[in-house]
Amino acid sequence: MSRELLYLLIPLSCLVAALVSGFLGSRIGRVGAHRAAIGGVGFAFVLSCVVAWDVFSGNHFNGPVYTWAVSGGTRFEIGFLIDPLSAVMMVVVTFVSLMVHIYTIGYMAEDPGYTRFFSYIALFTFAMLMLVMSNNFLQLFFGWEGVGLVSYLLIGFWYERDSAIRANLKAFLVNRVGDFGFILGIGAVLALFGSLDYQTVFDAAPSLAGETTQGPFGFEWHWVTLICLLLFVGAMGKSAQVPLHVWLPDSMEGPTPISALIHAATMVTAGIFLVARMSPLFELSTTALSVVLIVGALTALLMAFVALVQTDIKRVVAYSTLSQLGYMTVALGASAYSVAIFHLATHAFFKALLFLAAGSVIIAMHHEQDMRRMGGLRKVMPVTYITCVIGSLALAGIPPFAGFFSKDAIIEAVHYSSTPGAGFAYAAVLIGVVLTAFYSFRLVFMAFHGEGRMDTKTREHLQESPWVVTGPLVALAVPSVLAGLLLVNATMDGSLFGSSVVAGGVPKALDMTAGGMLAHAPVAVPFWLAVLGIVGAWVCYLWKPELPLKAVGRWNGIYRVLVKKYGFDELYQWAFADGARGLGHVLSEWGDRRLIDGWLVNGAARAVARTANLVRHVQSGLVYHYAFVMIIGLVALMSWFLFR
Amino acid sequence: MIPLSHYLIVGALLFAISVVGIFLNRKNLVIILMAIELLLLAANMNFVAFSHYLEDLSGQVFVFFVLTVAAAEAAIGLAILIVLFRTRRSINVQDLDRLKG
Amino acid sequence: MTFLEIVFYVFSAVLVGSSLLVVTVRNPVRAALFLVLAFFSAACLWLTLEAEFLAITLVLVYVGAVMVLFLFVIMMLDIDIAQMRAGFANYLPLGLIVALIMAGELILVMLSGEFGDTQLPRPVGHDADYSNTEALGKVVYTDYVYTFELAAVILLVAIIAAISLTLRRRPETRYQAPEEQVKVRKEDRIRIVKMPPRPEEKP
Repeated sequence: MSRELLYLLIPLSCLVAALVSGFLGSRIGRVGAHRAAIGGVGFAFVLSCVVAWDVFSGNHFNGPVYTWAVSGGTRFEIGFLIDPLSAVMMVVVTFVSLMVHIYTIGYMAEDPGYTRFFSYIALFTFAMLMLVMSNNFLQLFFGWEGVGLVSYLLIGFWYERDSAIRANLKAFLVNRVGDFGFILGIGAVLALFGSLDYQTVFDAAPSLAGETTQGPFGFEWHWVTLICLLLFVGAMGKSAQVPLHVWLPDSMEGPTPISALIHAATMVTAGIFLVARMSPLFELSTTALSVVLIVGALTALLMAFVALVQTDIKRVVAYSTLSQLGYMTVALGASAYSVAIFHLATHAFFKALLFLAAGSVIIAMHHEQDMRRMGGLRKVMPVTYITCVIGSLALAGIPPFAGFFSKDAIIEAVHYSSTPGAGFAYAAVLIGVVLTAFYSFRLVFMAFHGEGRMDTKTREHLQESPWVVTGPLVALAVPSVLAGLLLVNATMDGSLFGSSVVAGGVPKALDMTAGGMLAHAPVAVPFWLAVLGIVGAWVCYLWKPELPLKAVGRWNGIYRVLVKKYGFDELYQWAFADGARGLGHVLSEWGDRRLIDGWLVNGAARAVARTANLVRHVQSGLVYHYAFVMIIGLVALMSWFLFR
Repeated sequence: MIPLSHYLIVGALLFAISVVGIFLNRKNLVIILMAIELLLLAANMNFVAFSHYLEDLSGQVFVFFVLTVAAAEAAIGLAILIVLFRTRRSINVQDLDRLKG
Repeated sequence: MTFLEIVFYVFSAVLVGSSLLVVTVRNPVRAALFLVLAFFSAACLWLTLEAEFLAITLVLVYVGAVMVLFLFVIMMLDIDIAQMRAGFANYLPLGLIVALIMAGELILVMLSGEFGDTQLPRPVGHDADYSNTEALGKVVYTDYVYTFELAAVILLVAIIAAISLTLRRRPETRYQAPEEQVKVRKEDRIRIVKMPPRPEEKP
């Protein structure tokens, strides 16, 4: 079997699965639909593992499989670039997707849109695979928009809900802003390099790094900086970086498996993947790296604060996702691309785990999502509890869980980074560690410990979720524990990602091994910060539950700011939604109705009518009046000819 | 000998008189038609005079056609006058203001 | 003063005078008759210009046909002269001013010297055997033949227009239909009814 065919089979099996379960769903039934989808995605997972094994044996691939258009010397191709970076992404995507597929059987069991749901997530997997496997910008954009589309469809999956419709529209619109920058960036790439192929662009980039152009506001822009910033705008949209993050919390309106798959583990990491993929370009522009670093640090810090005050269990996880995406972005800005992808992979596992655990809790609570009505679930849901704790430990960065290695690597990378803004970013990620530990264990303590605060009817029906739900939890818990340990050495010595990112994606100064990190942990600052966060959460939510209320009373202003999420939503509502509506109103009222309709159209008609009203008196209808006018005119003409 | 200008002055006087006629008899359609005949006669007078003094017959040919058109005009004008009188029992121009704007 | 000059001035005076009367007299019939006089004088003036054919045509066509038509119409219509004359003088000042300006300007041009004896002397008259009609005919039937035909068409159109305008159907009038009368047959008028002889009255 040729490699091209193998690579083609991976996304296509997902596409076929999506089409079968989507179009034939009513004929093959619910079981048929989920078998088709899981079969397709499972097949893709197995093949991805084969490909990953092949890649790490040293067989990279880069080439087109199909040319669908040639226009003016630019070739538009479907092509694959299979290297360690894409192989890791493929495995992560297909694995998490497979877990979510299985989990969905239990979670969506009673939903009327069952087959549609499987069709969507299989289609999502297809689009995501096309994105990560692409070897050119256009296919990247195709996958990019594909996942955006499916995300839109899935956030609005329960389309009878008003809030779901608003959320998916919001996600779509905010992503449009990012995609606008993204496609401008692709256009700039085409303009500068004349090609959309990654390898061509990367080969040509160093020699064209000095090229400048007349950019916006009359400044001289380096082409590469411009391209990087535009592409990063796209990444900001997809990966929900401040200030384009507002859609992600709202996307929790979708079913929980979706939150796990798309809005935590895979799609939102597309922006991270993009920047890592473009590392040869970003390395040429310190300005772009600095922007990436600062945006990431802001996201990591600000969103962690918001997570502290959320009461909806899914929203806590959502804001933690935002914060962790900020961490990845910080790593990118510090030129530690491998570390970012490393964190992406570990985060995918434990964040999917956390989401699915939250979903499991939500099932048990009969779709109650408010943590203030939970508590004491530890006893009735032991599997969910244990896996959730594992996920939280991984998220908080406690050794030897996966998150510890990746997050520590990020912190160290930032520490040694010389990118402008690195000092701020270092402080931000250190504070973020405390906050992360605090909010993740706040979730654990509020949901699983203490007294049950639910009503009696719910309490009587509490029970552990079925195996299709807990199975994926366990399956995800394993890599949440082990992924970091297994991958850290290969990541840090640069052998894992090899040539797929610049310089192995790790700054030279960073010399870390699994053993070294574990040994170093008890004397390292981040570890103690994480412990401090956990202890803080324990104090606030188990030992002295009245403390948070007091704090809220004491710092009410800050609390309100956090609850309002810094007012981004209100600002956008005011500036863009109301602003656009206001502008539209002004334009329609004054521009269209008054100026064009009233003044130009009706005004012209009125002017004609008025003039006619005046002039019609001249038309007396009497012949001799006309004759007089003729004669007087004749006399006037004669006089003019004679005396001029 | 009689200079050309004398003929032309006669034509001019005729023209001016018929203009006065239109002004004076503004109500009587028949007299207006007659005044128009006079106008045409004044024009013809000039044609014939120039034709003679320039020794060119074209002027007379032109008079010929003017006479033709004048006759046709008189015929149709009078026919309209009759129809008008039949429907309105009047040829007073003041009554004919159906085209008033 | 030559004979020709006498003729010219006399007929010019008559022409101007009669045309003045045309527009001022009270009675339309008189106005029409003065117009006839004006046409006659104009015809005489044209004779002095060797336009014999046109002069005769003017008399024949205008005096003989058009003016008679005018008279017919005037007499046929019952015109209220008094009402027609109402406000006669209202426009007199304006009309006079316009006419005076017009006449003054025209005469100013005529006397400017462009049309004097020296600039455009009167040509020597033709011999006695010169036929104006023949010369005009030669031009009309050669150079102007299409225009001439067109003039004929205009006259035809005028005839049809005048007739169709004034023709009116009177539904209340009864007409004979001779063609129907000629076509009539015996069967159309007579019906023979066969009937048994009257039965004898029984006593």
